[in-house]
Amino acid sequence: MSLSSDDVAKIAHLARLDMPSDKAEALGRELSSILDLVAQMDAVDTSGVTPMAHPLEVVQRLRDDAVTEQDNRDRYQAGGPAVENGLYLVPKVIE
Amino acid sequence: MHYKTIAELSLALQQREISSAELTRHMLQRIGRFDDRLNAFISVTEERALAQADEADRKIAAGDAGPLTGIPIAHKDIFCTQGVRTSCGSRMLENFISPYDASVVERLQQAGAVMLGKTNMDEFAMGSSNETSYYGPVRNPWDTETVPGGSSGGSAAAVAARLCAAATGTDTGGSIRQPAALSGVTGLKPTYGRCSRWGMVAFASSLDQAGPMTRSAEDAAIMLSAMAGFDERDSTSADRPVDDYVGALGNDIRGLRIGVVKEFMGDGLDAGVATSVQTALSEYERLGATLVEISLPNAGLSVPAYYVVAPAECSSNLARFDGVRYGHRCEDPKDLEDLYKRSRSEGFGAEVQRRIMIGTYALSAGYYDAYYLKAQKVRQLIADDFRRAFEQCDLIAGPTAPDTAFRLGAKADDPVAMYLSDIYTIAVNLAGLPGVSIPAPMSAGMPVGLQLIGNYFDEARLLNAAHRLQLATDWHRQNPGGF
Repeated sequence: MSLSSDDVAKIAHLARLDMPSDKAEALGRELSSILDLVAQMDAVDTSGVTPMAHPLEVVQRLRDDAVTEQDNRDRYQAGGPAVENGLYLVPKVIE
Repeated sequence: MHYKTIAELSLALQQREISSAELTRHMLQRIGRFDDRLNAFISVTEERALAQADEADRKIAAGDAGPLTGIPIAHKDIFCTQGVRTSCGSRMLENFISPYDASVVERLQQAGAVMLGKTNMDEFAMGSSNETSYYGPVRNPWDTETVPGGSSGGSAAAVAARLCAAATGTDTGGSIRQPAALSGVTGLKPTYGRCSRWGMVAFASSLDQAGPMTRSAEDAAIMLSAMAGFDERDSTSADRPVDDYVGALGNDIRGLRIGVVKEFMGDGLDAGVATSVQTALSEYERLGATLVEISLPNAGLSVPAYYVVAPAECSSNLARFDGVRYGHRCEDPKDLEDLYKRSRSEGFGAEVQRRIMIGTYALSAGYYDAYYLKAQKVRQLIADDFRRAFEQCDLIAGPTAPDTAFRLGAKADDPVAMYLSDIYTIAVNLAGLPGVSIPAPMSAGMPVGLQLIGNYFDEARLLNAAHRLQLATDWHRQNPGGF
């Protein structure tokens, strides 16, 4: 497995990471070495194996359809980088 | 005083030989005196500690004390602590003050434990040497030129150097057990779902589990008794009663069948570590247990499968760090995409970015079957190996890590070499089983860990077996010089 600088740039964009072009080649080599490790899985035949969904045989818990959460909006927003009138501020997205 | 275990300190507190305030001040002084050499703490919460100690002393005076009342502990900085910075070892959360306590923190506080501070860790728990922390590496008290292991390296070093009586850790692929082994302490990863994940910063949600790091198995039983239990705020919390871990410590282990994993005792294992583990296993035979050779034929695929499952889940979990709602935000973003990208690239370190990218790639269109689905099938094969093994034995034993502590920087430039530090621990997380690392005899002056693996929710038997070994030996009672 060998990821090109273009592959790295595409993955970085999908992950919303900034990728300076001078770093892409070295990172491509590192990621490729990890994917080579991962490729060892190909040695085992898994046809007919049910993929694990959960380590224990449990089903999702259900609860009553009732409001249980408290309103913590102000407390949780207090840590936001830019907040005004209960709103999170971001750069203009609509022209 | 700092050489005592929780069990011994608890007795001293009840008998008024010392107050919690005195004990807490003593530990805070030790942190002040020694932590420059270790960097085990990111935050020290002196005020909160002293207030909690006073409260504990009132409870003790009123005859209302439990085994953890007044005991000074530390929390890995992955656990949210109300009003206290919770950095997760990252620049991303450098200024994050948590608005609430994690369930595990809340439970230990209710049990009367005193919080001394927050311990250093690999960034977002991604690492095996505690070198990926934005707050600098942690050093191993046994040799400060070596790493303490990771990701719970600060907790391991703090317990090993007696800067706290015990600490919390988290374990996604070995992050409690591997640093416990390298630093010479006892570290337990419970069954998946036994301790609540609520308020624990998420890395890989199907693998993450909280557990105690202590000086003895008995202390781990005391800590786990407070930490474990159902929590409706965690959707994968196990809704079943908590066993009497302390009560089970007294059980006899004669006739216990211990499975020795043949794949873990061969190539790749350091000769000194192998000798130590063999010595510990022989001691179990002397105590009346029976050794049975078992095989985990697919365990060799655990590291490859893990490096799909964990990064995939991490790329999803860490998508929440967007520079908008909390955490680091870049200066003067020119548009929303620039805000996301620069905030994340400035906030996350190199290893975290590598894992996010591997996970993003594995989950991207067209690759799901080849990576995530394949890994979840391999994961099932590994869990099936354990199920078959437990038909032949009650517990499984082997080394925790292939080597003793390595030098700082030795594996920093080679991610794959670093990943292989967890070659014996990762399979346990993939299967969701409980595992504990306890000190075996030292090798060339450095600690070695014996790993014991139990069946689902069999923590009581696991800790019982660990405790019986510790009653018969003094391997867990060794102390690093200079602290």
